[in-house]
Amino acid sequence: MKIHEFQAKDLLRAAGVPVLAGRVATTPAEAAAAFTALGTPVCAVKAQIHAGGRGKGKVQGGEQRGVELAKTAADAERIAAGLLGKTLVTIQTGPEGQVVRRVFVESGCAIDRELYCAVLVDRRVGSPVLIASTAGGMDIEEVAAKTPELILSEPFDPDRGLAGYQARLLASKLGLPTASWRHAETFFRRLCQAFVDLDASLLEINPLVLTKDGTLVALDAKMTFDDNALFRHKDVAALRDEAEEEPAETRAAAAGLSYVKLNGTIGCLVNGAGLAMSTMDLVKYHGGEPANFLDVGGGADVKQVTEAFRIILSDKHVKAILVNIFGGIMRCTTIATALVEASKTVGFTVPLVVRLEGTEVEEGKKILASSGTAIITADGLTDAAKKVVAAAGRPEA
Amino acid sequence: MSILVNRDTRVICQGITGKVGEFHTRGCLAYGTRMVGGVTPGKGGETVADLPVFDTVAEARDATGANATMIFVPPAFAADAILEAVAAGIELVIAITEGIPVLDMARVMPVVHASKSRLIGPNCPGVITPGECKIGIMPGYIHTPGHVGVMSRSGTLTYEAVWQLTQLGHGQSTCVGLGGDPLVGSSFIDILELFQNDPDTHAILMMGEIGGSAEEEAAEYVKKHVTKPVAAFIAGRTAPPGKRMGHAGAIISGGKGTAEAKLAALRDAGIEVAESPADMGTALVRAIKR
Repeated sequence: MKIHEFQAKDLLRAAGVPVLAGRVATTPAEAAAAFTALGTPVCAVKAQIHAGGRGKGKVQGGEQRGVELAKTAADAERIAAGLLGKTLVTIQTGPEGQVVRRVFVESGCAIDRELYCAVLVDRRVGSPVLIASTAGGMDIEEVAAKTPELILSEPFDPDRGLAGYQARLLASKLGLPTASWRHAETFFRRLCQAFVDLDASLLEINPLVLTKDGTLVALDAKMTFDDNALFRHKDVAALRDEAEEEPAETRAAAAGLSYVKLNGTIGCLVNGAGLAMSTMDLVKYHGGEPANFLDVGGGADVKQVTEAFRIILSDKHVKAILVNIFGGIMRCTTIATALVEASKTVGFTVPLVVRLEGTEVEEGKKILASSGTAIITADGLTDAAKKVVAAAGRPEA
Repeated sequence: MSILVNRDTRVICQGITGKVGEFHTRGCLAYGTRMVGGVTPGKGGETVADLPVFDTVAEARDATGANATMIFVPPAFAADAILEAVAAGIELVIAITEGIPVLDMARVMPVVHASKSRLIGPNCPGVITPGECKIGIMPGYIHTPGHVGVMSRSGTLTYEAVWQLTQLGHGQSTCVGLGGDPLVGSSFIDILELFQNDPDTHAILMMGEIGGSAEEEAAEYVKKHVTKPVAAFIAGRTAPPGKRMGHAGAIISGGKGTAEAKLAALRDAGIEVAESPADMGTALVRAIKR
């Protein structure tokens, strides 16, 4: 789960990690008032969307950037007016962009140097790690690819936390003045503690700023959470902003389905994540474009399958649907019954290609054949892919 | 011969009194697995599927001589169940549970590594040696005894691959589901080592997916240490970056973990790559013929 920058900063502030004072505004007038209330000579006005790259991103059809500096309340008002309700396009939003519903007005600080740091779980090491680099403010992926030696990494035990010496080691390697090491130690250790305490999956500070008076401040904060751990963080779960999420994905999650929207024309309904991904690949391999990833899971019932079809059909680009089920625990008869039921309630408007294999496959095929539902049956993966690509290609289905 | 499990493996189920645990315990029994008991705290003395239920893994082990466990404990308590099995000295711990918090697994990993236990999973279908022992949720009948070692990060995709092998007349020595989570107990490398040393495994088929670098590491290992034919498929070529594809571990982040990078590493290691998921079985056949 993702949250906004201002929410991440609230969590960091509560964890004792230094962040700057700021206020959220939903209207230009509120932004002006926030500037006045903060009382610093310069403020940053920052668009709040669930995507990075805001500083370089631009409002659709304009020159306004997602983060700009204001020197007066009138500046803040003008910048906020240029962002609120507008669509911001960044490298991470894709060309369709994301609508800005809030801005964060944050006081400025005197920057000496910009650094980078992040906490995440390193799969190879099997534990959380604190990553830091002198290449602050830059695209860290690019730094990692071109100059991996600039990236420092310290793994730590979730229960013991980051040791003081590890923080000092990083401070030293980052070239921080010795007078700032104590600040760095506090900053890094509290950051790692916040990551563990909140069951985050990523906590990225880019840039991390060394101020002219030698302290460290999190100038930006990006935080995502382990969905599997949200059950023990009701306060974090409450920060979810559904307006920032793809509506169909939210709807699918509520039904216990795993769905990711893509840009193609062939809807896919599959059991199991690996097979669902492979089915998308298969469609593409045979010249089609998948419209979605959809895993109905191992024990889907009629209700879930019906909802799955509704979600797929809610995408107006879908020209045909491929159902690919390898019955293991899920019996083919269950899915066949669900297909027939769903077709009665949903009413298919596009061709439906079904490939069944596994437990009770013959009985499942019989249910489909005797139902009178207009279904194109397929034998094997390749046959299914060819049929669905052909069906989607037809001008009028 | 086979790896990890055989007809002598004595298995308990942690979470046996739950609906799912009981269902799959019965499935394993029907396949012929030597299920010897189960564990649910507070339900010791009950029976499920005619098997004795114990309060603790230690008691179950002492009473039954179990050397393997199959875990169906709900996600919030599953890490603790793994730790209990390891503490009781169970040699093979297979965690089926999906949805365990990543940091819980980060706490479990060092304990497992410092012990003599081997952990498979979590979020996996389990392990099967066809005709001898099935520990997990896979449909038994698609498997045939034979000489291909199968390992995968995904469940149904493994069934698909096994079915293709069976139809091509290639039976399996052992099939291992590694699990779809970011942190899992055993990697491709761990299982490759076992397959390489198993005289009954003549070829290896692996199914990877986007996210992490386990496939690249496996490719490197194959290059250096594996003399048997290896074929592979990677799921998720069409997956967009930054989106989790069902499995908690299946995500391309920061430009890392793409299918292309994995395929390149596999090809570089001389592994026969299946271009389409319909081609997994035939890729294995090509690898053998090379």
